[in-house]
Amino acid sequence: MSKVKVENLTKIFGRNPKGVLKKVKDGISKDKLLAETGHTVGVNNVSFEVYEGETFAIMGLSGSGKSTLIRCLNLLNKPTTGKIIVDGKNIVDYSNKELKQFRKNKVAMVFQHFGLFTHRTVIGNIEYGLEIKGISKKERNKIATEILSSVGLEGWEDKYPNELSGGMQQRVGLARALANDPDILLMDEPFSALDPLIRREMQLELIEIQSKLKKTIIFITHDINEAFKLGDRVAVMKDGIIEQIATPEEILTSPASDYIREFVKDIDKTRVLQAKHIMFKPSALVTPRDGPKVAVKEMQKNGISSLFVVNHERILQGLVTIDDTINAIKENQSLTDILIHDYHTTGPETYIKDLIPNAGSTKYPIAVINENNKLLGIIVRVSVLSSLV
Amino acid sequence: MIIPTLQKVGIITLHACEVKKNTMSSFPDSISFKVGIYVNSLVNWLLHNVSRLFEAISEVSIWILLKIEIFLYWLPWWFFLLIIFLIGWKAKNIVSGLIFAFLIFLIGMFGLWDLMILTLGMVLTSVIISLVIGIPIGILMSYSSKVNNIFKPLLDAMQTMPSFVYLIPAVMLFRLGKVPAVFATIIYALPPVIRLTDLGIRQVHREMLEAAHSFGSSSWQTLLKVQMPQALPTIMTGINQTTMMALAMVVIASMVGAPGLGMEVMIAVSQLDIARGFEAGISIVFLAVIIDRLFQGVAERFKYPE
Ligand SMILES: Nc1ncnc2c1ncn2[C@@H]1O[C@H](COP(=O)(O)OP(=O)(O)O)[C@@H](O)[C@H]1O
Ligand SMILES: [Mg+2]
Repeated sequence: MSKVKVENLTKIFGRNPKGVLKKVKDGISKDKLLAETGHTVGVNNVSFEVYEGETFAIMGLSGSGKSTLIRCLNLLNKPTTGKIIVDGKNIVDYSNKELKQFRKNKVAMVFQHFGLFTHRTVIGNIEYGLEIKGISKKERNKIATEILSSVGLEGWEDKYPNELSGGMQQRVGLARALANDPDILLMDEPFSALDPLIRREMQLELIEIQSKLKKTIIFITHDINEAFKLGDRVAVMKDGIIEQIATPEEILTSPASDYIREFVKDIDKTRVLQAKHIMFKPSALVTPRDGPKVAVKEMQKNGISSLFVVNHERILQGLVTIDDTINAIKENQSLTDILIHDYHTTGPETYIKDLIPNAGSTKYPIAVINENNKLLGIIVRVSVLSSLV
Repeated sequence: MIIPTLQKVGIITLHACEVKKNTMSSFPDSISFKVGIYVNSLVNWLLHNVSRLFEAISEVSIWILLKIEIFLYWLPWWFFLLIIFLIGWKAKNIVSGLIFAFLIFLIGMFGLWDLMILTLGMVLTSVIISLVIGIPIGILMSYSSKVNNIFKPLLDAMQTMPSFVYLIPAVMLFRLGKVPAVFATIIYALPPVIRLTDLGIRQVHREMLEAAHSFGSSSWQTLLKVQMPQALPTIMTGINQTTMMALAMVVIASMVGAPGLGMEVMIAVSQLDIARGFEAGISIVFLAVIIDRLFQGVAERFKYPE
């Protein structure tokens, strides 16, 4: 279900944004507009939808308009034109009072440089939104204390933000946003200011928190690895325009432009692609009833030296090799007598990075099965290796 | 020794001051425009037409002055010392507290206690009124560039004007005594608190303001919960400067008949009484130092860990 729907959103900075809107619509370049009129295009005719409970990552180089876009979503930036529909209401039309209610109840923001109130203690920061909502002192202290421990900040409540490390400070920032229990969490490069180790830790923590809370998260980053790691879907921005919106796998496998291709070139695909993305339907399968003769024929026809055996519900039974099967015909054995089981299996959501060791050490294909042992597809060594390049 | 030598070398001549004047070098007397008379008539006009306003200002300042003086005179002298000691201790350390109390004690031994109280009373009154006027103006300036454009040049002018210039309109509007002294002091001491309030609020980090707004704070809530607390250390510096300037001005304002330590210095100067002048003068210095240090100490407390 769509939670946030943005339609033809444009944000222009300058003295008279509406006045230059037509030029922008006619496709004047960003540099030319700046030189001619002194206006900067922040976001240019952007449309997208964010579904309830999804993490939507917006990726782009510095200056591509990511902050401008996300700040439109809680109207810290007033759009020049366009609609932002949240839960069916266009928030751009909100009165001052409605806007305050919206900010108090529906949406919270986490900032790149944390934006913490340095004159308030950690707990005072976390309580801020609740205070603005008019929640009683006792109640807000209770809520804040709970949130505090859920982000691992126990014992720090009475410290001031500047006494904390960067990672800790952003935990406070996250806790402050979560304390309000918003539906939508806006995160503008929240981990960019942290060093890589802490960043990774925070990413994992966010994933964990999200798996419990199921908020709708809009997450800005300039790091494509981060976007792919956290985003259910990713929008790639360039010069105020969204170039592609897709799942990380789709972007990897079919980038919409050279710009994006350039981006994904450096990415470690094995951390993004999963077994299900590179598996294929086996060209041949046999059931135990088919017997060795059918099995040999299938292997010969497809030029393969082993074959997975499944029952009529496609539940994986085992594997037979060509040598064993030919032997079986001579000795009058059935397929069930010669099944072997020393091949590797994997779930469909396993990352390729984790398949690599197995792929290198086995002479049989890897079987991709679901939790009921049903065979979904197979992966051969070649396809694992080819995904690396 | 040196001058004859230089003369010999020809670097300077003793006749250098007898420069020939070009006839065009003096400004012609016939072209004249006197602005002073207009100011004079403005003040007169004010006196006749808005005298009510000045009476009101006068009454309010006298009322505040009286309350403060009554309070200060009600305090036993040793209690006053104790307070100075305690604030000094809390704000800085125990040694500072002891030194400050001792300096005040010295002023008492000079026989200048009552005059000190008078001076302090006027300083306090001026500072309180300055803050009541100055902080809101500073806030308005930080919010609106229009207000800023109006007040910036005014503040510049106020700060470059020699302090006793304010005494002239003050005397014309309020005659002689404490009220014109307080009035002139307020005008003179107002700029720092306005400037630093404005600066302090402008300096608040943009992301912090956005954070406040993103939680749905009203402008009023943002001001009270974020901007003012953030600006407080800067505003404290402004209050300190305003207080120091008020002290300086109250001393000068003795020219218009305000009693206190300044008056004592004036009398001593006119009688060439060095001993008397020194005691009063050094007492003023003690007060200035103590007030400054106490403020710095208190301001330090308002800083948040960096
Ligand atoms: N307040 C502003 N006034 C004028 N131009 C701005 C303002 N904010 C952003 N911009 C411009 O809009 C463009 C996009 O900026 P931004 O959204 O901050 O990019 P990003 O967050 O992707 O780095 C940039 O060219 C920037 O200079
Ligand atoms: Mg940005």
